Amino acid sequence: MKKCFASLYNGLIKENPTFVLMLGMCPTLAVTTSAMNGVGMGLTTTAVLIMSNIMISMLRRVIPDGVRIPAFIVVIASFVTITELLLKAYIPSLYEALGLYIPLIVVNCIILGRAESFASKNNMIYSAFDGLGMGLGFTLGLTCIGIVRELIGAGTVFGYRALPDAYEPLTIFILAPGAFLVLAFLVALMNRIKLAAGRDTGVTGDCDKLCRNCPNTGCGGRMRHDGKADSAEGRKR
Amino acid sequence: MIQQLIIIAIGSAFINNVVLSQFLGICPFLGVSKKINTAAGMGSAVVFVITLASAVAGVIYRFILVPLDITYLQTIVFILVIAALVQFVEMFLKKKMKGLYQALGVYLPLITTNCAVLGVALTNVQKEYSLLEGVVNGFATAVGFLVAIVILAGLREKMEYNDIPKPFRGMPTVLLTACLMAIAFFGFSGLK
Repeated sequence: MKKCFASLYNGLIKENPTFVLMLGMCPTLAVTTSAMNGVGMGLTTTAVLIMSNIMISMLRRVIPDGVRIPAFIVVIASFVTITELLLKAYIPSLYEALGLYIPLIVVNCIILGRAESFASKNNMIYSAFDGLGMGLGFTLGLTCIGIVRELIGAGTVFGYRALPDAYEPLTIFILAPGAFLVLAFLVALMNRIKLAAGRDTGVTGDCDKLCRNCPNTGCGGRMRHDGKADSAEGRKR
Repeated sequence: MIQQLIIIAIGSAFINNVVLSQFLGICPFLGVSKKINTAAGMGSAVVFVITLASAVAGVIYRFILVPLDITYLQTIVFILVIAALVQFVEMFLKKKMKGLYQALGVYLPLITTNCAVLGVALTNVQKEYSLLEGVVNGFATAVGFLVAIVILAGLREKMEYNDIPKPFRGMPTVLLTACLMAIAFFGFSGLK
């Protein structure tokens, strides 16, 4: 039981997928135009993450090692399709708002990353909790960004008016550049807090150290190798 | 006809730039943009794969999924086709075109999880593009990616030795640069 709570804490705070690991950036930036969309996307991803973690954990002794990535992708894609059809049937407004980004959950790094690094090695219960923790961490990240963007860009939070009517909304915050801007400042804030606590900024934004959670398993460390090749080239110059 | 294709091409390359306004392929955009050389390599690999993938995905959608009435399986089919295609292209280049493989090889496996590839395949279906329009759309989208990632890499090279406040070092600065680029690319929406 303790381990279950540990994985919840891990997903929500210690290895928060959005702010610490910087995974799944595409939906993070794209759908957070309002707090509600952020919550919707986060919960949809959480649902897929839990189901695929459970399924992959159950199948972990059946799937041969050589074809595990395609097998994981098929499992994830199936759950994404199921979720997409359910949303289309029961929450059409959210389906409209998220659009293309629902099928793109398939290529969300977090899901494949957790399947590879956690679910394929642990039992069903732990994997479910890991999925829940990571999913909620992702939801938390998206909601934070969504709230900030909606507040500054439209003056509302979850659709309710939060700032006085005299406030002139800065529309750019709900347009594309605002996504980059808000995320940049939130990550800088995280770094600031970590610096004040005396820890180095660590993984944030450093690709090399992300390898353990990196879903690009096809790369087999070649990305890092590539980085090295780069610096060797630099030395030659 | 030609005019239609040009409109699609300019629209997807600049006005709705794949990274800066649709946020697809952010991971390689932020991750592989430290040096202009690697960024250009990644960009060209993306151009190559997306163009090929949108053609193959278009053919499969049109001639297999639609006649069999199983279009709801498109996400699963597309992602598998893309993964297989990338593997195949890698093997083919390794065997037959050594030079190109050396230039693009490292980046190819990374592209499978680049959401831009799947995104383009799905957009082509969503917007009901014909096969040719789909390929042009794919190519233009990828060119948009190439332009964006090379510009970002150039800016990052310039900024490498700047004295940046500590909390902003690393990812925040890159994101701020991307933000300014996105604002600049808004200028293209006047072309509509």
